[in-house]
Amino acid sequence: MSDLPILSIIIFLPLLGVLLLSIINSKSSGGERNLKQTALWVSTLNFVISIVMLINFDQSNVDFQFVENYFWINSGISYHIGIDGISILLIILTTFLMPICILASYESIKHSIKEYLIAFLILETLMIGVFCSLDLVLFYLFFEGGLIPMFLIIGIWGGDRRVYSTFKFFLFTLAGSVFMLLAIIAIYMDTGTTDIVYLLDYDLDHSLQYIFWLAFFASFAVKIPMWPVHTWLPDAHVEAPTAGSVILAGVLLKMAGYGFIRFSLGLFPVASSYFAPLIFTLSIIAIIYASLIALVQKDMKKLIAYSSVAHMGFVTLGIFTFTIQGIEGAMIQMISHGIVSAALFLCVGIVYDRIHTREIDRYGGLVNRMPVYAFVFMIFIMGSIGLPGTSGFIGEFLVLLAVFSVNTYFAVFATTGVVLAATYSLWLYRKVVFGSLVKEDLQDILDLSKREIIILFPLAFLTIFFGFYPQPLIDIIEPATINLISNISNDINLTESITQIESEH
Amino acid sequence: MYHAIVFLPLLGFFIAGLLSFVKNNPASDKVAQILTATLVSVAALYSIYAFTINIVDAKVVHIKLFDWIAVGSLVVSWAIYVDPVTRIMLVVITSVSALVHIYSIGYMSHDSSKPRFMAYLSLFTFTMLALVTADNFLQLFFGWEGVGLASYLLIGFWYKKPTANAASIKAFVVNRIGDFGLALGIFAIFYLFGSLDYQVVFSKAEALAAGTSNISDTINFFGYQFGSINLICFLLFIGAMGKSAQIFLHTWLPDAMEGPTPVSALIHAATMVTAGVFLVVRCSPMYDLAPDVLSFITLIGASTAIFAASVGLVQNDIKRVIAYSTCSQLGYMFFAVGVGAYGAAMFHLFTHAFFKALLFLGAGSVIHAVNDEQDIRKMGGLSTYIPLTHILMIIGTISLMGFPFTAGYYSKDAIIESAYLASSGFSSYAFIVGLLGVVMTSFYSWRLMFLTFNGKSRIDEDNLSKVHESPAIMLVPLIVLAIGALFSGYLFKNYFIGSSSELFWGHSIALHHADHHDIPFLIYYAPMLLGFIGFFLAWYMYLKNKQLPHDLAKLNGPLYNFLLNKWYFDEIYNFIFVKPARATGLFLWKQIDGYIIDGFGPDGISKLVLNLSLRAKKIQSGYIYHYAFAILIGVSIFITYFIYKGI
Repeated sequence: MSDLPILSIIIFLPLLGVLLLSIINSKSSGGERNLKQTALWVSTLNFVISIVMLINFDQSNVDFQFVENYFWINSGISYHIGIDGISILLIILTTFLMPICILASYESIKHSIKEYLIAFLILETLMIGVFCSLDLVLFYLFFEGGLIPMFLIIGIWGGDRRVYSTFKFFLFTLAGSVFMLLAIIAIYMDTGTTDIVYLLDYDLDHSLQYIFWLAFFASFAVKIPMWPVHTWLPDAHVEAPTAGSVILAGVLLKMAGYGFIRFSLGLFPVASSYFAPLIFTLSIIAIIYASLIALVQKDMKKLIAYSSVAHMGFVTLGIFTFTIQGIEGAMIQMISHGIVSAALFLCVGIVYDRIHTREIDRYGGLVNRMPVYAFVFMIFIMGSIGLPGTSGFIGEFLVLLAVFSVNTYFAVFATTGVVLAATYSLWLYRKVVFGSLVKEDLQDILDLSKREIIILFPLAFLTIFFGFYPQPLIDIIEPATINLISNISNDINLTESITQIESEH
Repeated sequence: MYHAIVFLPLLGFFIAGLLSFVKNNPASDKVAQILTATLVSVAALYSIYAFTINIVDAKVVHIKLFDWIAVGSLVVSWAIYVDPVTRIMLVVITSVSALVHIYSIGYMSHDSSKPRFMAYLSLFTFTMLALVTADNFLQLFFGWEGVGLASYLLIGFWYKKPTANAASIKAFVVNRIGDFGLALGIFAIFYLFGSLDYQVVFSKAEALAAGTSNISDTINFFGYQFGSINLICFLLFIGAMGKSAQIFLHTWLPDAMEGPTPVSALIHAATMVTAGVFLVVRCSPMYDLAPDVLSFITLIGASTAIFAASVGLVQNDIKRVIAYSTCSQLGYMFFAVGVGAYGAAMFHLFTHAFFKALLFLGAGSVIHAVNDEQDIRKMGGLSTYIPLTHILMIIGTISLMGFPFTAGYYSKDAIIESAYLASSGFSSYAFIVGLLGVVMTSFYSWRLMFLTFNGKSRIDEDNLSKVHESPAIMLVPLIVLAIGALFSGYLFKNYFIGSSSELFWGHSIALHHADHHDIPFLIYYAPMLLGFIGFFLAWYMYLKNKQLPHDLAKLNGPLYNFLLNKWYFDEIYNFIFVKPARATGLFLWKQIDGYIIDGFGPDGISKLVLNLSLRAKKIQSGYIYHYAFAILIGVSIFITYFIYKGI
């Protein structure tokens, strides 16, 4: 088992699927079905393999595991991959959501289904690559490469304003990432390598750290997204097809959260602690600002998109507390948000497929004809609100607990987000689900089909399961987090003692 | 046994919840109803057994189930922690819940989604039990928000009613504001004490107060220095204010009456709303170390008692009168806590559960009888039609007003006497307000009774002929509650506040001994006298001289409207919170996001680029003489430059 390059298999299996898809003739009878089935089976198989990897993962080991290191460009830039407790769960999240996305697209995608599925499978490869990369250049390649399939998914299969939205998405993200690329080049010039494992132990010059940190920050802040560079997200979500939104909210945003933990904290600890107040301030603004905007939305997807901005605010808050509770809270918040917001977008997609509108006012009283839908939707709304007993609570609670120990101002302001979240979420639910069924076009609306039940029930189950028993997640995250924190605190204490010595002289 | 008490209702929830997806099947409806009622009843029997054991042996039972969250030094488990305080709550919750389950079989007999209703009731019961059996603040918080969820679902049970939907959201959100305080309190507890377990926290708090610990006794919160324990207790109390509908955070409770009446009886009278009192009593070892906060609690509790009673005087909806009465009685419990009479507060919680659930279910029986009418101005003279309900409600009313030897008499007297004897902050205010509240309580209760049951009926002939007594399945729970409302005070006063109290409570609450023999004769009988005055006033105004209330209302127009509109709390909140929040949201969205960020960011830049390239396009015109001209200009500039430089 250990000889198998399991990580590479997981990364490149979807590409194999692409190959298969490209040889299937979509024009033949049953061709479309074959395409969908193939994509579904490939992604499901990949999920199964990733679970096998999870089983073989050694939780107590804080080093990178399943490491593969091959010569690639030169001695400093290599194909170096491996995972630890911070990345493995995000990989599982990706492989888990992918079959769901494909299944969710079965009926809603009407044209060019082959290209659509190919775009998704390529995207999967790139996303998994991001979480595995142990080389900055490799990371950058995967990180930026992901833009292209997403750009196409929104731009080709999106809604009415898809071109505007997809360009906005592309340019925003690209603009941020240019700085990261420059920083990666500078790091290479400075150290002669882009190997992350090496750099994690390497003490970068502190004045350079600040610049590098800002460069990486530019990229991650756009991607996660933080205020004030968040405006691409609502537009992108609104126009994206359902599965596109699911991946965008479920995985793409997490790449930035992961980036903050792995790179900002790992490579530039001194700068991270220096800039933490900036992150806190922007996160607090994001939480309150986005929640207030969510209150007045008329479009379901926009509302959920703004709530995503607020939820990701908790992630950035948690990461920059440099505490165990904060960072693990941020991780759990990311996973929970990956489940819950993905599910919420799916819920929107389900009714969108039926009557083709996202406008909240066009709905009302769905519970009368769709009780099962109402039931699962309620679970996800509660997860989004962060009700104890759902996964949403664990992350938010841990983050806020950690923030309180750092700064009570921030804790108070961030906690107001919890009140606002209840307001806009329940309002959405009430407008869509409760009330009498009076609208003309809703009279014959059907409850969840079998396919939709298969999509939503696992998500609902996980939302509640991790709410009551998040320990499986914690067991995986904790050793890596402790390791990370001890590395950081060494560096930070070191600087503090150096500045002390300098000031004493 | 304790496992069964907690988890049987959960089992009921699962089964009834599944059955709720079966549509229009009388058999599955029956199964759901009988099954949930049976399971909760079994839990109730167990609880009563546990309670009687407590009288003999008040030992603590502590069962750890499994770890919930273990991150770094934070370790929190799911647990069942049972001490005397828990046992009281268990018996109140499960017995009222069982009776309400049974009553609901009759009350909801015409409803189309019975299993869903039973499922929600059982879910509520489970979360409430999780709340009171917690051994740490986080499980408490789970139960706390869990009952909030159940309450939200049950208030909005009739989801076709817009008012019910609005009320359910309001209940959830206002409670969340309270929970905001509670959550911050929990963060502060962990920050200071490094644990969320009750026992660890209380012992560390005591060490801190005694000066034998290295924990900081002040904490910087929001830029101010606070006493550590003061701050924690204050923040926790904000949570209690939300859940127990104390003044400023009370606005959700009257609106919550949109839910079916059994819900009002169970959640908004007997159990959930008392969770705030439970929280403070549970943390009494810590609150005892925070006298400033106790004074604040006294102030809030007493103010709520008088505020809610004053509003109750003029309301016309039968359920709202009782809701304000609940709010007011919770105020009594809180000022009891505030003056350090934790035992008396729990005692009133205990007796109140019986008589208030009785009143609510009685009101439900009335509403059931008069075809869902709730306005008491449109009732009257019902005593001949539904005599049994009338008698049962009289029992509830006399217990509420504190008629001698009924349950309310013992518990309310104990509270007022404690306030009289106490010397802590605002205790005299509480004492005076407490007495004033007795007159009002008695007045509004009897006003309700007289308008509903006595005099000439104001129901038209058609409807009057349809008025009918409720079926046995609804009346039997009422009778059981009536027995409790009559005797639970006399039977248990010795344990809660009397000579056996030390044995009964064990170490579960902070006990203070006040000498009740020092009370002057007049003070001792004052509550009783004032209760009769209230009764007499109501009798005079609503049976004898019926014109008087109208004249009074006209004479004191502004005051009457002020009370009728509940001190305008809703209007004020709407003006200072709800509207500005929406306006701000709209402003941020359209102006900041749309106009500034996008305007100067992506949209602005793309416009700029487009603009520049349009201009650049003009230069490339394709005419040779344009280019020749440009070259000529360029060359002359260069030449001029070099000549000037002097090469």
